[in-house]
Amino acid sequence: MSRFTYADAVRQAIAEEMERDESVFMIGEDVGEPGGVFGVTKGLWEQFGPDRLWDTPISEEAIVGAAVGAALVGGRPIAEIMFGDFVTLAMDMIVNQAAKIHYMTGGRLSAPMVVRMVTGTAGSTAAQHSQSLESWFVHVPGLKVVAPSTPEDAKGLLRSAIRDPDPVIYFEHKQLYGGRGGPAGDVVQVEPIPFGVGRVHREGEHVTIVSYLKTLHHALAAAEALAEEGISCEVWDPRTLVPFDHAGLRRSLTKTGRLLVAHEAVTRGGFGAEIAAWAAEECHDVLTAPITRVGARNAPVPYAPELESHVIPDADRIADAVRKLVG
Amino acid sequence: MERPDGEEALGLLRRMLLIRRFEERAAKLRAGGLIPGFLHPYIGQEAVAVGVCAALGDDAVLTSTHRGHGHLIARGADPARMFAELFARTTGYNGGKGGSLHMIDAALGFLGANGIVGGGIPLAAGAALQLRRAGRTAVGVTFFGDGASNEGSFHETLNLAALWKLPVLFVCENNLYGEFTRQDRHQLITDVAERASSYGMAGVVVDGNDVLAVRDAAADAVARANAGEGPTLLEAKTYRHRGHFEGDMGRYRPKDEVAAWMARDPIDLFAQRIQDEWDLPEEAVVQVRAEVEQELDKATAWAKEQPHPVPSGALEDVYVETYEGAVLR
Ligand SMILES: Cc1ncc(C[n+]2csc(CCOP(=O)(O)OP(=O)(O)O)c2C)c(N)n1
Repeated sequence: MSRFTYADAVRQAIAEEMERDESVFMIGEDVGEPGGVFGVTKGLWEQFGPDRLWDTPISEEAIVGAAVGAALVGGRPIAEIMFGDFVTLAMDMIVNQAAKIHYMTGGRLSAPMVVRMVTGTAGSTAAQHSQSLESWFVHVPGLKVVAPSTPEDAKGLLRSAIRDPDPVIYFEHKQLYGGRGGPAGDVVQVEPIPFGVGRVHREGEHVTIVSYLKTLHHALAAAEALAEEGISCEVWDPRTLVPFDHAGLRRSLTKTGRLLVAHEAVTRGGFGAEIAAWAAEECHDVLTAPITRVGARNAPVPYAPELESHVIPDADRIADAVRKLVG
Repeated sequence: MERPDGEEALGLLRRMLLIRRFEERAAKLRAGGLIPGFLHPYIGQEAVAVGVCAALGDDAVLTSTHRGHGHLIARGADPARMFAELFARTTGYNGGKGGSLHMIDAALGFLGANGIVGGGIPLAAGAALQLRRAGRTAVGVTFFGDGASNEGSFHETLNLAALWKLPVLFVCENNLYGEFTRQDRHQLITDVAERASSYGMAGVVVDGNDVLAVRDAAADAVARANAGEGPTLLEAKTYRHRGHFEGDMGRYRPKDEVAAWMARDPIDLFAQRIQDEWDLPEEAVVQVRAEVEQELDKATAWAKEQPHPVPSGALEDVYVETYEGAVLR
């Protein structure tokens, strides 16, 4: 029986949006005929042809820059950066061009485009293929940032991202691609999911765990384990980091009074710092304990499995942090 | 360069074989679960690394690519420490922190494989700049692929190096593919070396499956660099026999193309030539092959015994605690 994976979700979202809108096209390294390094765009080239899927040379700045240019004149490009680590070569185009154009033109122009990139580690992919750089983009006004954790969200949010009038940075976690998602079936109908609406994955009373991408699944595992100890965790996924569902988080914190943020990115300067600061400013009236963060320890991601797992957070580290928080 | 004597010729063959068999073993060990992460085999391109390195002095500084094992071995690295790194052990070249993509041996002037396509190109120019500032005649050498020649780092660095007449060898290993994309679908020129002229430097094309031709072309480039005539873009035409990475079957390549290149295996070609052209005992080549196997048997056996890192070691080396200065020969 076929199953609906996160990779299927991304592919289906692209296909459906391409069918809906002629101006949508993809551009990136090996995204066309070869179907992408992770197989995410497999079959799209056969279905839509070379005018909708542009295989590029290895030229990240030109890929993203061309997407910006196309978007300025009516295209709806989806640019792919194969590994998020390589986005460093395209930062000027994202940060100084795409993100600024609407503002600098007094609202006259925009670059409606999506930059999709693969984030996190797949196990021993080492320092230059394992990073989680989402906080860089969150920091830049003018960009929207999406980080789906499940196949349904990956599909619904990508459909919205493609339709969005602003430049959207869209993270896909390598280790989620093959993961089993919702109901089995070839094509799963998922409507576009509006940005800025978080999702409660598990209801709970004692603590709110905010997490996204792969780490969300560690958080769910931790919550499961903690339930046996009588600790009830609410696991909440913002789904989009920008815009952020502040009201949704506040609702959850009002219920639990405690906040733990968990993500794969390095804790220092990570997106968790932003959530924590916001909660401290805006939710201190409902908080009953100090805010806690769990993220990667302060090191590049090492190659050796035993080193990597020391750096990247897992369910045990999340559970330990929760125990401290409620204890 | 002068025609090598029999001893030297066997030495070149030995290095090529060491690379080939190292990689074949690594692929097998990876399939057996001993090596995590990525592995990009160099098999088929051995004559490039070995030919270039044979033209370099001990004081050259090199940068490499994601396909870096061959360059390291050609430069004289210890296969045992390379295996230890692949097995993620503390005595590996990077203490288990780097793996295949980041292997480095500074003592050999080898500044590392690189996970970023085009990442090593500017580094070699910078090294050459510093070597010249330090009054050395040594060269910087960078290996990269046809695919990498489309990156901005390539174009910016070539212009800079030509402008400043830096002593650099830009060695493009044109194996016809950047990942799954054939050259004619990622650039309109056939010879990457053509790009040299637009930056005002020498551009040379060489048969990358002929180790002596590569060695001679590299030696000419070194001579130009040392004479103050600036960099050379040296393009070696070659082919990788296997997929882009271990696990990629390479099905995007036409069968007859693969067959034609396999028939021009650089190692077979040179082994044949040694037997035809040098006055060596019949079994000389056989013996070289046996020595290589012995060395690699020892290397893997040693590497398998090496200690795994302790988890907390992950947080060491993020910042410098003691620094003894750059290691240059
Ligand atoms: C900046 C960057 N973009 C993309 C990649 C992914 N990638 C790794 S190897 C490779 C192909 C490189 O082709 P080429 O330079 O011709 O070298 P070859 O693999 O043929 O040795 C690509 C696209 C990367 N590692 N870094």
